[in-house]
Amino acid sequence: MQKTGLLFILLFAYFGYSAYVYTAGTDMSQPAQKREAMAGKQIFQDYNCIACHQVYGLGGYLGTDLTNAWSDKKRGEAYMRAILKSGGNRMPNFRFTDRQIEHLIAYFKYVDQSAVNNKP
Amino acid sequence: MAKAFIILSLTYLLLGLTFGVIGSLQYVFPSLLTESLAFHKSRPLHVYLVISWLFTAAQGLLYYFIPRVAGRSLYWQQGTWIHFALQAGVSLSIITGFFMGYFGGREYLEFPPFYAFIIAISWLPLAINFFATIRPSLGIAPVYIWNWTIGIVFFFLTLAESYLWTLDFVMSNTVRDITIQWKALGSMVGSWNMLIYGCTLFLMEKLSGDKTIARNRTAFFFFFVGFVNLMFNWGHHTYAVPAAPWIATVSYVISMTELLIFGHIIYKWKQTLSNAMRNGKHLTHKLLFLADAWIFFNLALAIAISVPALNAYTHGTHITVAHAMGATIGINTMLIFASIVFIAKKDHANIFQKYSRTIRTGTLITNAALAIFWISLIGSGLVKISGQLNSESFAIIMKKSEMLFKWFAGSGIFIMIGLLLMIIPAIRVLSAKRPTPRAKRQELRIQHAEAIEKEMAE
Repeated sequence: MQKTGLLFILLFAYFGYSAYVYTAGTDMSQPAQKREAMAGKQIFQDYNCIACHQVYGLGGYLGTDLTNAWSDKKRGEAYMRAILKSGGNRMPNFRFTDRQIEHLIAYFKYVDQSAVNNKP
Repeated sequence: MAKAFIILSLTYLLLGLTFGVIGSLQYVFPSLLTESLAFHKSRPLHVYLVISWLFTAAQGLLYYFIPRVAGRSLYWQQGTWIHFALQAGVSLSIITGFFMGYFGGREYLEFPPFYAFIIAISWLPLAINFFATIRPSLGIAPVYIWNWTIGIVFFFLTLAESYLWTLDFVMSNTVRDITIQWKALGSMVGSWNMLIYGCTLFLMEKLSGDKTIARNRTAFFFFFVGFVNLMFNWGHHTYAVPAAPWIATVSYVISMTELLIFGHIIYKWKQTLSNAMRNGKHLTHKLLFLADAWIFFNLALAIAISVPALNAYTHGTHITVAHAMGATIGINTMLIFASIVFIAKKDHANIFQKYSRTIRTGTLITNAALAIFWISLIGSGLVKISGQLNSESFAIIMKKSEMLFKWFAGSGIFIMIGLLLMIIPAIRVLSAKRPTPRAKRQELRIQHAEAIEKEMAE
């Protein structure tokens, strides 16, 4: 009986905690995600970019972490545009249209602005 | 039908290993199959198939163990066929879709959302069979019934949670989206662990003949530690995500409860070792001992990378992959094979005897190669940390990691060879026809001889 009681208390805590995470816990002040950025995010998913790239550390490691790529002095917008246009050593050329590239750049800009880089 | 599920799961493992090896070789040879099977295809194929290996094997073991625990046949026999047909059909469709470049594009669950719905439906016969056959009364049930109950329930919960991104409320807020994704995936890993650990605890009860193993206070204490971690431990993946700070704090505190498990392993180490020495010739015991050793190393790594000061460096490096590989190959795969060997030996002792040596060799090769694989992944993680601290570019870091990538690709090939030596005999044994009465008598004689041998050894 004690075990069953404990189980239900923990389940109750789990659902309460989940509700918090879904709402107030992730409702931090962030830039609004514009329509272009949303479209960019969808393209990011459709081409399965997460297999090689990370956003906030989530994703594969064959490619770079894109969380702060937009503001990174070594990469930045122009570099990203070039790679998106023609691929790279490890990255296939996905033959993105100019419009798709615009949307992807808008998404990377949005992610960059939402990110607080915790790296030392 | 249980064996059909296990054979299907072994096929998943075989294919998953193949794509894993291709993916690891793409680290060493960047232009390998870039046009036809680039990494954005090989990785989801590998990930989907190995996750399917773990879940499907656990389902097969459950279908085998449920009637034996309940003492009656499955409530809905035809349901197992429906489950099998849906499972195989969905897999075929997902794999074909990946080859054609048809993705949902989410980490680990890289197939389009539509398939998640069918996967959830395919699990219903298992859930119905489990609850209607066992009719669990949790107050008096052994711990493995708790493990299985939580494993099944949380599979449905976490699968649904991982598709919350289809709602605009989540999709339009990247911080929320990433946080929920880590939350769902972290707990989903906990759900398959629950299913597999449940099978292992049942197996240990059978092997020892000691019913208190799965009913005593210690067993339930560690069940609840595991359960709390399943629900709240995921947050150490989100330290870098700018969500509410106390999500990270809760996770950090919960992660540290793993020290209790770690301490328990150390405390029981002498006993575990002497058991292994005594029962080392029994393959099932050997596999359980190897899993125990990997739990020790992986737990040490998990605790270390949960400390925020260390996580800030290790997050986003191959150290996280080392932890995932150690857990899925070293722990989960060894535990599943312990149950498979138990079933093969019990139902097909005669044929199993023929392959026993091959499986032993496979076990040895797999674990030796996994040790190299694990170390090389940690090594490449350390190279990345060092590169980031020195503000080196990604290309330079990759260049410096080349040697370690060769080691991890090379040892990956040996893991595949080792596991092939376990998979193929297991499929052959499990797909053999049930023994004739004469063969059965012969099996009994072998078992009797083994029992005498064991007694004499003791």
